[in-house]
Amino acid sequence: MIVETGHYALVLALALALVNSVLPIWGSLAGDRRLMAVAPPVAIMSFLLIGYSYFALTYAHVTSDFSLLNVVENSHSAKPLIYKISGVWGNHEGSMLLWVLVLALFGAAVAMFSASMPEDLRANTLAVQSWISAAFVLFILLTSNPFARLGAPPAEGNDLNPLLQDPGLAIHPPLLYLGYVGLSITYSFAAAALICGRIDAVFARFVRPWTLAAWICLTLGIAMGSYWAYYTLGWGGFWFWDPVENASLMPWLAATALLHCTSVMEKREALKIWTIFLAILAFSLSLLGTFLVRSGVLTSVHAFATDPMRGVFILLILVLFIGGSLVLFAARAGGLKQGGLFAPISREGAIVVNNLILSTCCATVFVGTLYPLALEAVTGEKISVGAPFFNLTFVPLFVPLFILMPVGQMLAWKRGDLLGVAQRLIYAFGAGLLMAAALAAIHGGPAVSFLLGGLAAYVIVGAFTDIGRRLLGAGASPAAILRRLSGLPRQALGTAFAHAGIGVTLLGLAASGWGVEKITTLRPGDTLDVGPFQLTLRDLAKREGPNYSEIFATTVIRSGGVVAAVVEPSLRSYPTRRSNRTEAGIATLSLGQVYISIGGLEPDGKVDARIFWKPLVSLIWGGALIMAFGGALSLSDMRLRVGVGRRARKPAAPQAAPAE
Amino acid sequence: MLWVFFAALTVAALTSVFWPLLRTPRGPSRSAIEVAFYKAQVAEIERDAARGLVAKHDAEGAKAEAARRLIMASETPGPGAADASPAKARAAIAVAVLFVPALAIGLYSSIGHPGLPDLPLTARMAQPAAKLDIMAAIGKVEAHLAESPNDARGYAILAPIYMRLGRYEDAAKAYAAMLRLEGETEERLSLYGEALVAAAQGDVTAEAKKAFESAKAKDPAAPRPRFYLGLAAAEAGDKAGAKKIWTELLEQSPPDAPYAPALREKLAALDGAPAPAALPGPEQNPALAANIKAMAGPEQAQAIKGMVDRLAAKLAENGQDVEGWLRLVRAYAVLHESEKARSAVVDAKRNLADDATASARIDALARELGLEG
Repeated sequence: MIVETGHYALVLALALALVNSVLPIWGSLAGDRRLMAVAPPVAIMSFLLIGYSYFALTYAHVTSDFSLLNVVENSHSAKPLIYKISGVWGNHEGSMLLWVLVLALFGAAVAMFSASMPEDLRANTLAVQSWISAAFVLFILLTSNPFARLGAPPAEGNDLNPLLQDPGLAIHPPLLYLGYVGLSITYSFAAAALICGRIDAVFARFVRPWTLAAWICLTLGIAMGSYWAYYTLGWGGFWFWDPVENASLMPWLAATALLHCTSVMEKREALKIWTIFLAILAFSLSLLGTFLVRSGVLTSVHAFATDPMRGVFILLILVLFIGGSLVLFAARAGGLKQGGLFAPISREGAIVVNNLILSTCCATVFVGTLYPLALEAVTGEKISVGAPFFNLTFVPLFVPLFILMPVGQMLAWKRGDLLGVAQRLIYAFGAGLLMAAALAAIHGGPAVSFLLGGLAAYVIVGAFTDIGRRLLGAGASPAAILRRLSGLPRQALGTAFAHAGIGVTLLGLAASGWGVEKITTLRPGDTLDVGPFQLTLRDLAKREGPNYSEIFATTVIRSGGVVAAVVEPSLRSYPTRRSNRTEAGIATLSLGQVYISIGGLEPDGKVDARIFWKPLVSLIWGGALIMAFGGALSLSDMRLRVGVGRRARKPAAPQAAPAE
Repeated sequence: MLWVFFAALTVAALTSVFWPLLRTPRGPSRSAIEVAFYKAQVAEIERDAARGLVAKHDAEGAKAEAARRLIMASETPGPGAADASPAKARAAIAVAVLFVPALAIGLYSSIGHPGLPDLPLTARMAQPAAKLDIMAAIGKVEAHLAESPNDARGYAILAPIYMRLGRYEDAAKAYAAMLRLEGETEERLSLYGEALVAAAQGDVTAEAKKAFESAKAKDPAAPRPRFYLGLAAAEAGDKAGAKKIWTELLEQSPPDAPYAPALREKLAALDGAPAPAALPGPEQNPALAANIKAMAGPEQAQAIKGMVDRLAAKLAENGQDVEGWLRLVRAYAVLHESEKARSAVVDAKRNLADDATASARIDALARELGLEG
């Protein structure tokens, strides 16, 4: 009964979404406040209904109700509880249900936390959000229904793909979806602003926190996904330029550009077209990612669906929403009023450059992801565009971005003083050179590694230069510094942390050049040197897990004779799916990681092993955490942000530095 | 009970639409919000100026700019300023009352299964054995074998069921276990080989060939190993060898042997004659599926076919029998005649077009059997 009520609740949510996609817009066009007031409560009710439906599916998974096809195909009664719960979104149907749940969650959140928002903007935003909900709920009900039942339920299910039976899976998709689907709300805001015909600072003020929230989740989700791939796929790699990864990177790039744009728009009412365009672009890329992943166009862990009907349906949704918003955009963009003016060298100018570079990066990833698919569709030829393409195109684009990041952060609004900024960044330059020299002396080549390491140090120091100068500016008594720190806007701190975070990630990436990789076969008792460590395979043994059996290799890692860590890399075998999965043994030692992944046991008692020493690798994900922290700091700053132009005749005085 | 819940959910959903429509709208107007926004901006600039974060004359400039925007904003009244109209609200309520339940109940009754209760595994396992369905029975035997893996009886029960369910690899494992536990006979070796062939989608693998050769060594006259050894030769490209084996087998078999038709087909195909229209079925190799079926029990198959044909004829005369249609569709699906099953679904729905519940039941069955599209 719970299952069927869940099914009915989902159908009911579709009906409500359709109601909510019409009444509020009618109200806004007719100027009727009652009709506009329908949007928030209906958005909240839709969320409750979809939430109940999601609960019902989870209940079926937890109780192993094999009368549901979805449960049979993706669960097993012996599966640990956590994977019964996470298995709900570990399959096509369930993950689509999570998709609409997040859509509805953002709708409900806007309905609850925006009482001070202009009511026509709120009504239209929620209406557009309802269109998206309606389209996807219909998609679920017609092509991917998780509530499909079986008249004669089997006694046991097929179990979940072992690669997905991992704590990483428990966190990665919900986070990624919060980011990915969270961008829907910025899209809805943009479409609503276009419908209302009012695109101004007030709009930017209300859209900014949502963009920031989605961006934080997306950042964490991508980092989590990368770490999950790193430790379960057994290759020691953390980014494969796989189309599925690229599908999440593209919205992130667009969302990052959008984030910067909304701050300009809120403060100066400039870059309106950029803001609206990026808001549409970011969600369009999310939709594209959904299409790529869900249509079965790609074959990977993620493409559980290989049903052409689903692909065509999502393609229709894609065309409808991207096309519709672009038509609306084209119709309204001409009538936009010019916002605040600015000189080419200014904070606004720097953000325009930032947008251009990020958009170009995004286009590069887009081409690198879709060109092979298009080529295969047209000529049948299969080519693979991997790391070499992206290293040649993406990296050269990102280097100037890193160089400009601290500069842009310190330029004043309206009209900036490039020479003054360069002078103030002298410490950052110095830190970069010093870091590069130190890294070259310690680790040696390749040159790319220590040069990028130097760049990373420059970005990190540069990110805090402005704040440092403000804190230490006039007299440095601890009390004065503390007083100034409390006076600092949290948004400025957030910016500094987010920028430093990407620098930290860059440092981790740069260090991959100094990694050590060994592929060998080991027998218990064998010892070998990997980087600065000595590894001893102490024991090889078997043990049984709840729904798998595994061979594990107890390995001792010593540094100069002292035991630094003991790890147990293992190879798990899942009988129901007849497949294996490696569980890497990872020890984090002074920011780097020793990574051991074992393959099959050979008849003579040896085991194949891939062993890596990856210096500073944890910084890659650490940087993402710092970025997200910066975003959260900025999000917690609910002050209004106003850009204050500095007069050209008065150059660099610390007190006159831009407010944030 | 279920429908009471559905009704409650529908009422709750509708309430969320009515409530705002029946209330007098409150909350600030658009221009009030904008005025507040720009005022707050000006206050913010002043606060920063007082803290020394912003130079005084820069602050003046920014304030002037904000003030300009404020004046612009207050000059363009928003659409939200107008009042609410009760007539529109009534129209909206009417639309919602008609539309929401109609769509929800209409769509649900075509895709939902209101008759099926929740079936958590624990509740099903607690049922007495007599009520257990075949799948649950398999589960019980499997569980028993997991505990005592040397019980040959269990494998003897499971192996043929696995074959019928298309779980050929499991069937091969079960036959292998029987060979290990009970020793080799012609029959066990042949069945093991047949399962291997089925698991390899019709390829007679080296392992399967070895099994058939051992079986033939046990009983040189047994038809099954000879049939498959012929198939192995044919697959290896040795047409002459295959022809020799099969011709001999055909000559030495009684003319009404269940496998004779399949054998004749094979021989005809060897001679380059077009293969007879393949029987539809889930296996990748329809001819093989037909062989297995033929060898399993031809009289039985014949009897079933006769019953199904009679049922089809009866329904062609009188199409109003829902139960009959359901039985026919299911029978065709069981016989792997999915084309006929599909056309039966279409015929059934044409005959029962007036009866929505019956159509829904036919649809549900078709979905369950994977007969869509």
